[in-house]
Amino acid sequence: MSREIQPHDVEAAARLVAHGMRPKALPSRDAGYAELVRRYRDDDAFADTVQRVASGLGLVVLAVGPQSGIVLAAVEESVFEIRMDEYARRTVLQNRQTDKMLHGLAHLAAAALAFPRPDDLGDDSYVGRVSVDQVDGAVREACRVLEERTAGVEADPLSDAPQLEAAWRAWLRRPEATATKDGRVGEATTRGIVGKALRFLADQGFLVPVGTEGGVYRTTPRYQVQVRELAAQRAFDELLSLGVLPAATAGGALRAPTGLEAPDV
Amino acid sequence: MVADVGALRAVDEGVARRLKALACTAPLHDLDARKSRLDWVDASRYQMAEIALQAIDQVTLAMDFDHGADQAEIVKRLRPFVAAQAPDAPPGEHERVAQWVIENLINVGSLDRGFQADYGTFTEDGRYVRRRFDFKLLVEVAGPDGEVYLRASDEAINVLVGALDTDVESAQVAAEVKLENLISRGRLGDARLAAEQARYRTVQYAEALRQKLDATRRDVRSVDWLTAVPELLDEALTHIESRYRAETAILANIADARDEATEPERRRQAAELVEVVSDCIQRHTQLQARLQEAGATFRAEQDRQQFSGRPKRAAIDVFGQLLRPCLALDTATATGPAAAFFTAGAGVRVPSVPSLTGLVETLLTPPVERDPLGEPVVEPDLAPVSVERFGDALWEAANRLLDPGRGTQRLSRLLAEAREIDPELPTLVALRVAHAVGASVGTARNQGDETLLLAFDDGTVLHDPEFGGADLLVTTAGVRGGEADVEEVA
Repeated sequence: MSREIQPHDVEAAARLVAHGMRPKALPSRDAGYAELVRRYRDDDAFADTVQRVASGLGLVVLAVGPQSGIVLAAVEESVFEIRMDEYARRTVLQNRQTDKMLHGLAHLAAAALAFPRPDDLGDDSYVGRVSVDQVDGAVREACRVLEERTAGVEADPLSDAPQLEAAWRAWLRRPEATATKDGRVGEATTRGIVGKALRFLADQGFLVPVGTEGGVYRTTPRYQVQVRELAAQRAFDELLSLGVLPAATAGGALRAPTGLEAPDV
Repeated sequence: MVADVGALRAVDEGVARRLKALACTAPLHDLDARKSRLDWVDASRYQMAEIALQAIDQVTLAMDFDHGADQAEIVKRLRPFVAAQAPDAPPGEHERVAQWVIENLINVGSLDRGFQADYGTFTEDGRYVRRRFDFKLLVEVAGPDGEVYLRASDEAINVLVGALDTDVESAQVAAEVKLENLISRGRLGDARLAAEQARYRTVQYAEALRQKLDATRRDVRSVDWLTAVPELLDEALTHIESRYRAETAILANIADARDEATEPERRRQAAELVEVVSDCIQRHTQLQARLQEAGATFRAEQDRQQFSGRPKRAAIDVFGQLLRPCLALDTATATGPAAAFFTAGAGVRVPSVPSLTGLVETLLTPPVERDPLGEPVVEPDLAPVSVERFGDALWEAANRLLDPGRGTQRLSRLLAEAREIDPELPTLVALRVAHAVGASVGTARNQGDETLLLAFDDGTVLHDPEFGGADLLVTTAGVRGGEADVEEVA
């Protein structure tokens, strides 16, 4: 199978990488793209070339599949990297820290709601659905649970150290919606922040709007790969380095015990 | 020393709780303190705190399961209360005052749309620290239809009912006992207050249940259906049961009181109480219906959320392992993992490279001029609407019929002739003839007309399918210029 890599192979490899930079391109809609994906999966030498081309550009190939196409991620400091500072630009300086955190949490929450259980993230055929309503509601609920847990303990934040305020307080404190003159949701509200996150993900080809109502999205295989292979892992590592050891699974009791699972047919 | 710290803390907790309760009332006092600064109204005659309490009251009562109260609706309901304080002020002012109070209860100017109060406490080791208490009174929430509604916060409800630091259940029992006593003693005004307080409890139960059900729909596991929710359901059911008994008794008693009362004031109070109690019963029924559905909702959600596919590979539980721990961290620390997730999950940005043609075009495009006043208002082209009902041909025909050479004619004859020429012509002829009745000679002369159409009524009645009135005699007189002629004609 292995053979010499020719210049035209490199060109083909670069073309595959270029496909990955078009967020909405899909192998199922483009025969040339599908052929390159097939070649990547069959031809190890070609796969290696693709990875090297990507790596030279400052990218990592997360996965290549017939459904997701090629999924790329930018390495740190690469020109392709999207920085939080650019994303959350339109904020007042004094709230910058909090706003950055809220925007990050909104993305985390969008992924959490798109893939509510670990299995959903692992199952390639799973398609999740998210809406602004759902995401904000779930985060608020989680915050309220934390609030209940800390109730009774001296819990109010120190007034001279706002950066030590718990994250859930910051979310709860933000209004979920404000009435604006033109009838849109205020940008600084939690719904505004979540809405921005979902629209951004849709622009990146990670979500696709469904229905006529607007505001409801379904996930794409790209998103699943991106979250599973990279984003969740990074955040997990970050939490570990902070010494926060996330519990294995929340409320696993509701899942059927191992012995009772239906046998494979 | 250790005992001292313990004592300090014990005292401190009660103080902190009371300080917080006190803080909740501050925005109301603030309204009255700041009202003199309003330049659009003579605010001294308005009791702003009173209006604010009414507003919270109205919002609480209008809160139901699905969404809160419509802001415009609340303003409308507040208007009579505001109007009562300054009856002679223009109605627009009442509305504006109500709006101002609501906006201040939301605290519209601030980013978080809430209030803050600092209070001091002692830490475990006896150190004095200042803490910040965040609270809201009216909260804006988005309804299912995308509109923004108002809800009263728990703090607001507590301030309103005055039960700042009491247990819900025991307050409930106390309120009931009080109610029965009041009724037996015939003190209806107080009875009404107690019934209203019971209604707030129902609203609170409904709100708690709504939140739990919403959470269940999102994720069954996030809600404790083993103990916490059944307890809540039990409590709520017990509450409804006892209230139902109490209120049925009240209704019976009050109906008696109302019928027996001779004093009109007492009678009115009783009638109002009947209304309040009926509303209470309706709310209990609503809550009970929701309670009955709660179990079914849980089972349906459990089915929906549990049975879908088998695990294929171990993956991270984004909600339980990432989001929740992040929320528990402090703001500065949580930014790390949240930003890491964002950067890794946002995908790649493709730097835009302008092509030379594109660049040239971009550079040569004149900047769009923006007028600070916005788009100019387009002068509309006003075209005259054609009001000419009768065309030139008809006027011509009418002129021929009314020709001076034909001498004196009857209107009926003219109409008959006109009808033969054109169906529209009789109308024109009739109008011209009617206009000729009592025509002014002076005007005709001033205008320089040579002839003047004249019509006279000699008492003959007109018989015509289209027109009624007198069958006028129509003739034409010549007009000559000069003073002497006027006299002659006259």
